[in-house]
Amino acid sequence: MKSGGNLEAVLKAGHFAITGELGPPRGTNVEVVMKKAQPLKGMVDAVNITDNQTAVVRMSSWATSLLVMKEGLEPNYQMVCRDRNRLAMQADILGACAHKIPNMLCLSGDHQKFGDHPKSRGVFDIDSIQLIAMVKKMRDEGKFLGGEDIDVPPKIFIGAAANPFGEPLEWRVHRLAKKVAAGADFIQTQCIYNMKIFKQWIDQANDMGLTEKVYVLAGVTPFKSLGMARYMQKNVPGMDVPNHMIKRLKGVLKKQVASEGIKIACEQIEEFKEMQGVAGIHLMAIEWEHKVPQIVEQAKMLPRPQVPQEPQEPQEPQEPQEPQEAGE
Amino acid sequence: MIVGERKPLEEIAKMMQAYRKVLNIGCGGCTSMCLAGGQKEVSQLNRDLENHFQDQGGDIRIHELTIERQCNAEFFADLDEIIANYDAVLSMACGAGVQFVADRYPHKPVFPSLNTTFVGIDRDVGWYEENCRTCGDCVLGDTAGICPVTRCAKSLFNGPCGGTRADGTCEVDPDTPCAWYEIHKRLKGQDRLDLIMKVRPAREWVNQTRRSVIQEPYKERYTK
Repeated sequence: MKSGGNLEAVLKAGHFAITGELGPPRGTNVEVVMKKAQPLKGMVDAVNITDNQTAVVRMSSWATSLLVMKEGLEPNYQMVCRDRNRLAMQADILGACAHKIPNMLCLSGDHQKFGDHPKSRGVFDIDSIQLIAMVKKMRDEGKFLGGEDIDVPPKIFIGAAANPFGEPLEWRVHRLAKKVAAGADFIQTQCIYNMKIFKQWIDQANDMGLTEKVYVLAGVTPFKSLGMARYMQKNVPGMDVPNHMIKRLKGVLKKQVASEGIKIACEQIEEFKEMQGVAGIHLMAIEWEHKVPQIVEQAKMLPRPQVPQEPQEPQEPQEPQEPQEAGE
Repeated sequence: MIVGERKPLEEIAKMMQAYRKVLNIGCGGCTSMCLAGGQKEVSQLNRDLENHFQDQGGDIRIHELTIERQCNAEFFADLDEIIANYDAVLSMACGAGVQFVADRYPHKPVFPSLNTTFVGIDRDVGWYEENCRTCGDCVLGDTAGICPVTRCAKSLFNGPCGGTRADGTCEVDPDTPCAWYEIHKRLKGQDRLDLIMKVRPAREWVNQTRRSVIQEPYKERYTK
């Protein structure tokens, strides 16, 4: 086991996995975290804790991860390259692992121009693929990016994102291959609506042998409303919402659109279950956490598997370090 | 002026090794001024490459042409006619010029022979120093004409860090003056220290996406 976490155990045992998503609050309101975490309990194998998503400041991902762990949920700690350099990243990874956060998702991050501090300086010291390689080096070689030894290396299951729908389409699977080569253990994809394009992408990944090396979790976001579907179709770059889905939502009564959205998502999940190379789903019920139990139930994914965890190696006692001189 | 430095010969040779007929284009603009990419340097690089490939037994012909500037289309007329005769192009311009060439001839492999180093000044013949990071929001009026973004290793905006050495140099390099030590000294001499006594708040960075400038009289022409 690379991490000793639940998500890794579930995937390794061959179960069809499910991860959820939880956006931290814009303040210190712990109640919000608890309220969002409640409905996810027992419904997902791990939950992504987003990192300043859409470049809007929120409670930090690692801190929120600790809060949800207290609630009995396993976090998937997201980290973007936009907000910190390689020193801060490595420090946060050590801290996260010291607190037994078992998963992380390595992302470039939305550009700060889209967020609430549009004129901030983007860091992007390293990119998402370099971040994956850095975490792998820390874990498997026990070395920092700079080459020095780590005193008790971090244990972490390394995640990465993939978007099968961005242009150039034909290059997307090769970008996946790079992430696998860099060291990704699992992949969570962009929200999938165009099943045909997704099928082509996963077939390519199968043909290239990638899905034998990495667990692919297919991204699912149920439509809450017709407006949301239209917005995603028109305004979200790299999102491919086919017209027939819009048509289908239009075809039902307004008060039934949400349940139709969930129905579509569940039909997609059934297809993913049968699709070679898909190891599970990543359910992004954006600001709709309370609907997750219904969706997971309707998708016939309950109860979640209980996989006995392999015992973790005991940590060696750490020697006290010499105090370092402080600089500004 | 944009200052560039020639890449190591081995690196340039490696980029060229797949090609038989190469055109090395010099630039009469900035990189000529800093003695890195003008006519003389083009000839020198070509001699070095020919010697290199003679030793290695490679078969390559490298011709040269230096144009006035590689960042404006009007200087490319001569090139347009002859570019088809070559497998690849080397550019001795700055990164902006290399891209301009590559955009102009999208079917042609184009390679840089310089590393674009910085925007700077001539300290002396063959000695250049970085003075501007082109941040797009100049503070020199408040800092005695000394740029803290460029010349302070941490790009601090509110005075020196704790690392200034006793002789007024920077903690990261004993040969580099501390920018804020210099700013303070000059403003004090001008009795203008009040400029740096107030807290300067977090700035709005305007250089985080690609920039373009359209001057006022041309606005109508380009923004229809």
